[in-house]
Amino acid sequence: MKRLAVLAAAALLALTGCGASGSAASGSTSSSGGGLSGTLTVFAAASLTDVFGQLGRQLTKDNPGLDVRFNFAGSSGLATQLTQGAPADVFASANTTQMKVVTDAGLQAADPAVFAQNVLEIAVPKGNPGHVTGLADFGNASLTLAVCAPDVPCGAAAKQVFAAAGVQAKPDTEEEDVKAALTKVQLGEVDAALVYATDVQAAGAKVQGIPFPEAEKAVNTYPICVLKAAPNAAAARAFVALVRSADGQAALKAAGFRAPGA
Amino acid sequence: MRNRRSGVPAPLLIPASLGVAFLVLPLVGLLVRAPWGTLWSQLTAPGVGEALRLSLVCATAATLISLVLGVPLAWVLARSRARGRSVLRALVTVPLVLPPVVGGVALFLVLGRQGIIGRWLYDVAGITIPFTTPAVVIAETFVAMPFLVITVEGALRAADARFEDVAATLGADRWTTFRRVTLPLVAPGIAAGSVLCWARALGEFGATITFAGNFPGTTQTMPLAVYLALQRDPEAAIVLSLVLMAVSLGTLLLLRDRWLGRAGAGMAA
Repeated sequence: MKRLAVLAAAALLALTGCGASGSAASGSTSSSGGGLSGTLTVFAAASLTDVFGQLGRQLTKDNPGLDVRFNFAGSSGLATQLTQGAPADVFASANTTQMKVVTDAGLQAADPAVFAQNVLEIAVPKGNPGHVTGLADFGNASLTLAVCAPDVPCGAAAKQVFAAAGVQAKPDTEEEDVKAALTKVQLGEVDAALVYATDVQAAGAKVQGIPFPEAEKAVNTYPICVLKAAPNAAAARAFVALVRSADGQAALKAAGFRAPGA
Repeated sequence: MRNRRSGVPAPLLIPASLGVAFLVLPLVGLLVRAPWGTLWSQLTAPGVGEALRLSLVCATAATLISLVLGVPLAWVLARSRARGRSVLRALVTVPLVLPPVVGGVALFLVLGRQGIIGRWLYDVAGITIPFTTPAVVIAETFVAMPFLVITVEGALRAADARFEDVAATLGADRWTTFRRVTLPLVAPGIAAGSVLCWARALGEFGATITFAGNFPGTTQTMPLAVYLALQRDPEAAIVLSLVLMAVSLGTLLLLRDRWLGRAGAGMAA
């Protein structure tokens, strides 16, 4: 019940879109102090859009002089942008592979820390028009199905779970990122898509989620790090600390993420 | 365009040179960074030929559809005296200002299986348009046709309407006048518009990946392949970009010699 209440609060906040970071994350934070200023630029995986937005607003509330800006996109694209010299303070990736691209280039200020985990879930439009029940339905050529392209993390994870389940997937489209796959479910244009559990939760009433056991074969870990060239290193460290604090973890949990060690 | 280069005044020459540099330098960047050593293996990687073939077929189909629908539309915009023409013109140019991804979503709302028309197609005829090759052609046509319409409309306005008047006084009806007088008169404009339209369709990304999705062999055109390669292997993306550019430049140069060179010396490419 307590978890439900937290979820409800998070959902309400997402709906009202108000600036407050919410009861789930109120109280003392490691980011308090109010001394941070300037602009903080966070490059983060698309699946973190809602929860990082919320944490960013909390940081701004505690530090009125700070302007937090996000670049949410597929982790691979972000990694490319960073290695091409895009100015950023923090990078949060949806998997270790893309973080490795950044650390291999020596762009990190300190070793990345894992702050969350995410698993895949089947997303179907409200009412489940395709009568999808499990991963095996992705082998059904008569259904319209979306997965992520194998080049992006959610697609790599999808490949793993299909292999684990022995399913010969017959998708109609390989989407460029997880939000694009989800959009097609929200529009009712596909019968099912393989997305993250957190995306299903963020999508609200238009999308239903179907968990499946093989998802455990492809648990995505989310690392975060401050970048060496960070123009605003102090704010970057504060943001990373906030993400890893009890408040940050509660917000992540409310958004459907798992704790790093779970 | 005259060919007397000595006659170019400096106030034009300097910005023109800067303009060329601005447009050509990114191309040079691609050439410099291209992984020449692994070029061949990248080129022969599975899916490259397929994506290229699909790009060429779809862009050409989109151009043909744009010609069939767009030239008459341009005539209506340029010649008809109907009221609300300026509103119509503004509507026709909407795809030019609309972010292509939004165009893709809009196509879903009309032609998707939950869409206004698509729902009916799906329920009655069992046809789904999204995620098929025709969906690629539709997305490209939506984005590229305005280029043809605007170009041809401009040519029609610039054409001397007195030729048409003379044809009429000689007893030609309006359809005959259109076919035998107007069309040959604006042929260079139509050629230029087709080239613009084809080039835009060939490079189309946003509406395509949204409305047609991305599946190798069915809907994955070169720009989509380039974008996804960029996620994994930037070098492969550079190679694919070079292929797309080489093929499009080659085609345009060939057309210019064979077709535009004759009809549209002063208009196109």
